Amino acid sequence: MMPRLQRARRVLALAAPVLIPSLGMAQDIKAGDLVIQQPWARATPGGAQVAGGYLTIINHGTAPDTLTGGSADVAARFELHTMAMKDGMMTMRPSGPLTIPPGGSVTLSPSGTHIMLSDLKHGLKQGDTVAGTLTFAHAGTVPVRFEVEGIGSRGPATAPDRTPAMPGTDTRR
Amino acid sequence: MIKRTTTGFIAGLFVITLMAIGVMYAVQQQQGRMVMGGPFALEDMNEKPVTQADLLGKPTAIFFGFARCPDTCPTTLLALTTAMRDMGAEADRLNVVFVTVDPSRDTPEMLRAYLSSFDARIRGFTGTDDQVAAMARAYHVAYRRVPLEGGDYTMDHSAAVLLFDRVGHYVDAIPFGEDDVQMRQRLTALVHKGTKQARS
Repeated sequence: MMPRLQRARRVLALAAPVLIPSLGMAQDIKAGDLVIQQPWARATPGGAQVAGGYLTIINHGTAPDTLTGGSADVAARFELHTMAMKDGMMTMRPSGPLTIPPGGSVTLSPSGTHIMLSDLKHGLKQGDTVAGTLTFAHAGTVPVRFEVEGIGSRGPATAPDRTPAMPGTDTRR
Repeated sequence: MIKRTTTGFIAGLFVITLMAIGVMYAVQQQQGRMVMGGPFALEDMNEKPVTQADLLGKPTAIFFGFARCPDTCPTTLLALTTAMRDMGAEADRLNVVFVTVDPSRDTPEMLRAYLSSFDARIRGFTGTDDQVAAMARAYHVAYRRVPLEGGDYTMDHSAAVLLFDRVGHYVDAIPFGEDDVQMRQRLTALVHKGTKQARS
């Protein structure tokens, strides 16, 4: 009896890191030839009016598609912005529509091109989920959910290279 | 005879060149210290006047940014916060200051709310446009207001953390993108550098 129980617990313990993060992990979103992976946003400091949104878009099709805009229910405005170091200063500018080449992918990330959500209705807290949409020239409007990671986080908690959260330490709601 | 004169001449030239390099280096060092940093007059996030005198006696790390900055500022403030948490009480021996380059939006109240998300020891400074511009000039910090669509604007700004010793002399800068481990090493070194200078 005891060995069997121990064995079952061992199997569970081994399986837990695989199973647990998948509960909180956003599934890949398919929209025609496009696959949208791991939309995430950063939690905002007190009083902040802006939040960054990040994700990867893969184009499995044979024609380019273009991300033209989108929306998020917590923000009055949704824009694509690019950060760059210029003249020793950190700059941020609207980037305009973003083309995803056929057979290629585009990653929106901190310190690069990203989604800028501004005029927030409320601050974003780690563990929140933000409902929104992405609008593509061909694939149309695609609903997405951004998982909110910590302030200043450099990547989604569910990225493959990150240690998965163990049960009990998972702070997701 | 000719040989001796030539050798003497070359040796003399060599000594003069060394002295010239030495003088140029000393002047450069002195200039570097004189032009970077110095007095300022601002308002802190508790609505009290603040000047350079409030920082002297401890080494200081200063970062210029603004609260509507989506990436650089929260990233840097988080790296500072993590470094300070790991340093523990050692970070009490340091001033860590966030100076806004967007004083019209970053009121003391806004700075209090914004900085409440980071280490409680980080102090926020604001002021009039002229006061902030004067400090930025003295600290060699570049920034400019960039209009966006719809009447909004963003700020371009220097993104390094500037380090000063306990008497206000510029030490060096931590460039944007250093992680919290490197940040901690640099801040710890700054704390100890200050101590050594005070003892010598």
